[in-house]
Amino acid sequence: MPGYSDPGFDTLALHAGAEPDPATGARAVPIHLTTSFVFESSDHAAALFNLERSGHVYSRISNPTTAVLEQRVAALEEGIGSIATASGQAALHLSIATLMGAGSHIVASTALYGGSQNLLHYTLRRFGISTTFVKPGDIDGWRAAIRPETKLLFGETIGNPGLEVLDIPQIAGIAHDAGVPLLVDSTLTSPYLLQPLALGADLVYHSATKFLSGHGTVIGGIVVDGGSFDWERSGKFAELTQPYDGFHNMVFTEESTVGAFLLRARREGLRDFGACMSPHTAWLILQGIETLPLRMARHMGNTAKVVEFLASHPFVARVGHPMLASHPSHALARKLLPKGAGSVFSFDIKGDREQGRKFIDALKLFSHLANVGDCRSLVIHPASTTHFRMTDEALAAGGITQGTIRLSIGLEDPDDLIDDLKRALRAAEK
Amino acid sequence: MYFEVNGHRTYCYTGGKSFDAAKPTVVFLHGVLNDHSVWGLQSRYLANHGWNVLAVDLPGHCRSEGEAPGSVEEAAQFTTALLDAAGLAKAALVGHSWGSLIALEAASRLKQRVSHLVLVGVAYPMKVSKALLDASLEAPQQAIHMINVFSRATLAPPPSTLGPGNWVWGSSTALHRRVLASNPTTNVFHRGFKACDSYASGEAAIAAISCPVLFVLGTEDQMTQARAAQMLIEQAKASGKSVKVARLPVGHHHMTEAPDETLFAIRDFLAQ
Repeated sequence: MPGYSDPGFDTLALHAGAEPDPATGARAVPIHLTTSFVFESSDHAAALFNLERSGHVYSRISNPTTAVLEQRVAALEEGIGSIATASGQAALHLSIATLMGAGSHIVASTALYGGSQNLLHYTLRRFGISTTFVKPGDIDGWRAAIRPETKLLFGETIGNPGLEVLDIPQIAGIAHDAGVPLLVDSTLTSPYLLQPLALGADLVYHSATKFLSGHGTVIGGIVVDGGSFDWERSGKFAELTQPYDGFHNMVFTEESTVGAFLLRARREGLRDFGACMSPHTAWLILQGIETLPLRMARHMGNTAKVVEFLASHPFVARVGHPMLASHPSHALARKLLPKGAGSVFSFDIKGDREQGRKFIDALKLFSHLANVGDCRSLVIHPASTTHFRMTDEALAAGGITQGTIRLSIGLEDPDDLIDDLKRALRAAEK
Repeated sequence: MYFEVNGHRTYCYTGGKSFDAAKPTVVFLHGVLNDHSVWGLQSRYLANHGWNVLAVDLPGHCRSEGEAPGSVEEAAQFTTALLDAAGLAKAALVGHSWGSLIALEAASRLKQRVSHLVLVGVAYPMKVSKALLDASLEAPQQAIHMINVFSRATLAPPPSTLGPGNWVWGSSTALHRRVLASNPTTNVFHRGFKACDSYASGEAAIAAISCPVLFVLGTEDQMTQARAAQMLIEQAKASGKSVKVARLPVGHHHMTEAPDETLFAIRDFLAQ
């Protein structure tokens, strides 16, 4: 059979990284639930450990099922490869820990998931890595925050919770002028809506728990390298360009001109930090990715109808979605996110905290929980849950009020979702 | 490590081992818009199994300075000069695609100084379509996409240089872009393709070599189809050479689509 012509996104979502199992003929990807893999000989074992031959040794470092997921997501993101991790937070930590140590500095968006904000603001500071936060739309602020010890710029494709769209081409340009890479959290957009690497980002990661999986069943993360950043030219990354005595004195940039980050992240990061993904989790996420294009299209269709309904409801004070002309990122979203700006957004009811509680308690189809990107519709009250540690001033700076409600629109019949919201709004108004 | 070759600083990857003049040496030559890293697994294995390895970045490519070769003959002269600069009385030459033509031409000139010749993904003549030649000059990013499509035969490649999770379509694209960007004055993509397209000494060269030759061919290769090596194979046999042929079920990137099979073919041949 001749080579593949030029597989498109939907084809890659089903086939990248997998073919019928040569041993059994199984068409679906098998789950390789094994900790380790038998060596053919002593020479084979030594060659695997010394990266003379490639293969699987121990499932913390790699696993055949997990490798299919890694190839598939890399293909969908147009990257060179990826590393699956125990969670999205593990993917973020692996990225940072591979690139820097104590004394380093990060410039990050203020509009981050709460867990990421905690990691940067509190936890990494304890390990000597500091972060300056900049509003995602403050282009001059990004540039001004860079210091000689800055190693990374970091933001989310769509910021949390205000859905500010990150101007990836501009921020990537600023990062590259400074000789540092741009890392992007693309969880809320998935590669179906946005491919950050094609827009100039260098590394992209996902909480695969969300849209990639899509079924609310497993926790996982994945980081993809675009292979575009020249670590040697930058001169700031001795971690990748100098001999590493923790791994055969390997110079990762000599071993692979474009894949040094992935080499070190797997050989050091998974080996030493150990936040790997279970093959069973990888398999479940693969089931989700097979329908990613179908699901994302439906997510966007349902979101458009719900946003339209809420924007015209008299008890709703504000709807914060970039598809609306009133949103500050509307123009940028039309440019960078033509298929839609995600199905997670917030809105404010014209009521107090108690009315917000009544609204949530009256919902039947929407599930009240702390997750997004499920096939089922979800709801949460940020001020009392995900952002409860923040002061009123900090909440206001993040665009959150006591009446703010966050929705994650699922795949149900959109008329049923609107009926549910109508009923709950009526209950809250009383 | 670096050598001074023809007055220019030249990079050679040594597989993580120091150069040892007491060991036999194998020189790896990459193809158009590639560099030493395409030989990652094969070169590192041999470096740890009794061989000196010099996986070179050709002049004007990535870490190596100098004018990028404009012909197979120029690149062969460079290869000869590299052996001289490294003080090598003898070496095995392993080339992929354009690198296979360079290895062939160099072997014909170096005669007894070449112990083994390995031609991976070779074709002769190695004609490049006008559309691709033009695109490499006028729309190189589009041409990079084209050669990636033509080079691949599977959507599920095995673990290779970067290990499991490596997406070789993406890594090839990224490497092509990096190599192209590494030379701000010369389009090494177009120059390399022109060198392949214009090489006309293959028959004479294969007749002139004085070492055994291994052909490693991809049965699904659309860039250099396996049948396009037949003339060289027959010519080599007709002129009394020791010939081996390894046909692998891969496209044009043997080293990533069948890393072990490619390694074993080279390793076993070099052991002769």
